[in-house]
Amino acid sequence: MNRVPAELRYTQTHEWVRVEDDGTVVIGITDHAQAQLGELVFADLPDVGVKVNASDEVCVIESVKAASDVYSPLSGKILEVNEDLEESPSLVNSDPYGDGWLYKMDPADPDELSELLDADDYSHYMEEDED
Amino acid sequence: MLIFEKSKKGRHTAHHRSEAMGDCSDIPKHFLREEPLSLPEVSELQVVRHYTQLSQKNFSIDSHFYPLGSCTMKYNPRGIHRMASLTGFLSRHPLASLSHSQGFMAIAFDFQEMLKEITGMKGVSLTPMAGAAGEFAGVLMIKAYHHARGEDERNEMLVPDSAHGTNPASAAMCAYKVKEIPTDSQGNLDITALKKAISPKTAGIMLTNPSTLGLFEENIQRVAEIVHEAGALLYYDGANLNAILGRCRPGDMGFDVMHMNLHKTFATPHGSGGPGAGPVAVNERLLPYLPIPMVDKQNDHYHWLTEKERPHTIGRLSTFMGNAGIIIRAYLYLRLLGREGLARVSEYSVLNANYLRKRLQQLGYTLAYPERRAAHEFVLTLKREAKEFGVNAMDLAKRILDFGCHAPTTYFPLSVPECWLIEPTETETKEELDHFVEVLKDLRREMKETPEIVRTAPHTLPVVRLDDVKAARELDVVYEWAH
Repeated sequence: MNRVPAELRYTQTHEWVRVEDDGTVVIGITDHAQAQLGELVFADLPDVGVKVNASDEVCVIESVKAASDVYSPLSGKILEVNEDLEESPSLVNSDPYGDGWLYKMDPADPDELSELLDADDYSHYMEEDED
Repeated sequence: MLIFEKSKKGRHTAHHRSEAMGDCSDIPKHFLREEPLSLPEVSELQVVRHYTQLSQKNFSIDSHFYPLGSCTMKYNPRGIHRMASLTGFLSRHPLASLSHSQGFMAIAFDFQEMLKEITGMKGVSLTPMAGAAGEFAGVLMIKAYHHARGEDERNEMLVPDSAHGTNPASAAMCAYKVKEIPTDSQGNLDITALKKAISPKTAGIMLTNPSTLGLFEENIQRVAEIVHEAGALLYYDGANLNAILGRCRPGDMGFDVMHMNLHKTFATPHGSGGPGAGPVAVNERLLPYLPIPMVDKQNDHYHWLTEKERPHTIGRLSTFMGNAGIIIRAYLYLRLLGREGLARVSEYSVLNANYLRKRLQQLGYTLAYPERRAAHEFVLTLKREAKEFGVNAMDLAKRILDFGCHAPTTYFPLSVPECWLIEPTETETKEELDHFVEVLKDLRREMKETPEIVRTAPHTLPVVRLDDVKAARELDVVYEWAH
């Protein structure tokens, strides 16, 4: 079974969001998403400093099966991207909630966070999606 | 083994040219090489065997069942190639005078007329040299149309999630913002989502019908109404035209503009990357914008239509007028089939797809849309097999190679997990289809009893399972000898 850490928030498009102590957020794709995609071979990350809206396509990640878009769960400004993925995109597979994070951002609207799924909702959503 | 590795110093093949032809004594000495060329030194028979054996490693439609279908390569009748290779066609230079080009231009003109008839459209330009170039031309025409009406604020293109990947790319090339429209549970475009997405900013929608799910869009008339009421246009991606040839026409469904892939539907040989041909067809609205040149006929004399006669054109997309060789082949294909033959193409392609679909369902495979009749292709989802037996869609695709069947499209459309997209096309016999069914029947047993064999397939081909990740990450196609 794919892991769904309780402390994170999720989207129906299989991204996760972690809120840091300083109010910034870290974003990645879920264990379920990486398992569906298979081993990643390339991650095209956004430019630092760019402002994005929630549900904008911000990254393209490419596995041996397909290239997929990653949608930003929140609006805000991109602060940092995970440079390690350039050399080792498969970090997303081996550690999707840790070293395989995609980008950090400064969220523009704290209310958007409450619209995201919590771990229970996301687990239910995945089960329904399976059938 | 490379032919260089078969080389033995001093071995050679008898000269095939006379001494007189090979006389190079008039070349100044300082232009001559000091070292001989580094060519393999092999006998004639070694050369013949080497390349014959290489050709035997091909896994192709000429040798195997090939369910990638018309979207990739269907069978190209040999007679067409022979006729298109007549000296008169091959030797015509694109800069030849009009009076020396009347034969080819007659073909191009008649072919434009035939495509109008097949698509139900009012005008055709043969200029685009590939499907993607056709899409680009089509979207540019949509843009030109809105611009002429002073509606430049329309900057959004709607694309269903069941569309071809090139559609959003073509829209983006023309500076449109792409909005994705989801598919409903029956595989049709989600009308509620469409109504929500459409606005005064919508320039158009790009649809493939039947969609990449192999399903005929049942609400196409409703979709056309909604889109036209909003002042936007409908683009038809002709990739799946094989399913409806001679049976129904995009023009009648309400589409304003479309492209066709001559190299797919109209059976001309191509490898991925070309040569291709992607003519565009339009209704009245977009007639002024068609790319040039086009062929016109006056008093039994053919001439080019250029910027002069067509001032509103989006312009030229190729140096001359498209891929002449492909256009000739597609024309011959239509002439060989005729109106009835063309309808038989779609009838048999749909019949073959539905026969396979039903047989595979009976074997226990899961159809992505079991309640829907398929068009010329259908989608299986192998997620149950992946869960139960630990073999995924790719493993199974590799395993059928061992039984002489080419793999179908895997992991596309993206909206169906662990999927196969199967398109047998119209030219397969029932015996071939039954063979494919038998292979998949045996495979069900194998998945249960010896899944490891499936997971590590293929076992009988010259190249076994490749490391996909390594190939994508550390591609190195230079032979070690040359490093």
